[in-house]
Amino acid sequence: MAKPKLATTSLAGCFGCHMAILDIDDRILKLVELIDFDKSPVDDIKEFTGPVDIGLIEGGCCNEENVKVLQDFRKHCKVLISIGDCAINGGIPAMRNNIPLKECLEEAYLNGPTVHNPSNQIPNDDELPLILNRVYPASEIVKIDYHLPGCPPPADTLWEALVALLTDKPVALPYELVKYD
Amino acid sequence: MSDTFTLTIDGKEIQAKPGQTILQAAEDAGVYIPRLCAMKDLVPHGSCRVCTVMVNGRPQAACTQPAAAGMIVESETESVQAVRRDIVDMLFVEGNHFCMFCEKSGNCELQGMAYRFGITAPRFPFLFPDRDVDASHPDIFIDRNRCILCGRCVRASRDLDGKHVFEFVGRGHEKCVAVNAEARLADTDIDGNDKALDVCPVGALLRKRVGFSTPVGKRLYDHKPIGSDIEHAGQE
Repeated sequence: MAKPKLATTSLAGCFGCHMAILDIDDRILKLVELIDFDKSPVDDIKEFTGPVDIGLIEGGCCNEENVKVLQDFRKHCKVLISIGDCAINGGIPAMRNNIPLKECLEEAYLNGPTVHNPSNQIPNDDELPLILNRVYPASEIVKIDYHLPGCPPPADTLWEALVALLTDKPVALPYELVKYD
Repeated sequence: MSDTFTLTIDGKEIQAKPGQTILQAAEDAGVYIPRLCAMKDLVPHGSCRVCTVMVNGRPQAACTQPAAAGMIVESETESVQAVRRDIVDMLFVEGNHFCMFCEKSGNCELQGMAYRFGITAPRFPFLFPDRDVDASHPDIFIDRNRCILCGRCVRASRDLDGKHVFEFVGRGHEKCVAVNAEARLADTDIDGNDKALDVCPVGALLRKRVGFSTPVGKRLYDHKPIGSDIEHAGQE
């Protein structure tokens, strides 16, 4: 029987949650026995090869591309999980959410104290994904089945949740594995 | 006085003294009723509603409702817990609660309450309100992004410090804690030793330069849910 498939992505995140996946240490060998990685930065597969059992989403949506990737994950994944505070509530990138986008861009590219930008331009190339008015938590774009909070979530949290799902058990995390920091 | 009387919480008979609220009577009997605005030594405020219980079938705030003989109180029922969870969810989405860099994380009563309730994510859309920070005082700051309007600082400054440094202004979503000065906290008579600084349940009113002093793993709610001390005392 083919192994279940796992896909992961980092949207508006810092890749810290992916580091937390690696932080399961030698259990990663057991994980590879339990699942096959599909689209993920872990194996560098860029496109889905087909339907996937579990998708892990790191980060919220700060631009158009994030939204497309997230919708693509929802389409391909039977179970979709937000991992980390950025996917759940926008996290650090969402600190811009009560500042108008124009002000954010001007501070970053024109007015900031450390800015060196002789052409005095704000990047606006067609190749760049269109930035959104604010950062959206993943659950405001698509349906999310489980949330694993933390910044990043403890490796044990990710491990326990994945093993529960892969062995058809309810995801019931002990008190100490649900933390927001 | 031996004129105690009996009431029932979740089927358990407990003794209460005249003048006690439901919350106080429950606490003396080792029954924890979740609360955020209520605090020992402060007059009850009844504003957060996390302590909502059903009293003879009607919702009441346990922190303000006097205990009475023969009361039937429901606290840990599914419907009451759902109400409390909704309130905590709303407190999270109404403010800007960035736990990952907050000095109070691990010792925060709002966060502790969410942990106790097993909340992995709020179920309401986030509002991302525009709130300000007042860091004008050399030793103290207010971060209104984190304020849940419990009024503990208002009451503590007024009743324990005798100073009236804080008061609520505005209504609805514009309500916030203002300071007793033209604009800045630095212009009030607040002092680094004020009791008002020890009551904030969240990271809204903090002393400067003392954050992150307790390592992760040794903070108040790292291992045991908020309220465990009261429940533990009840078992002895």
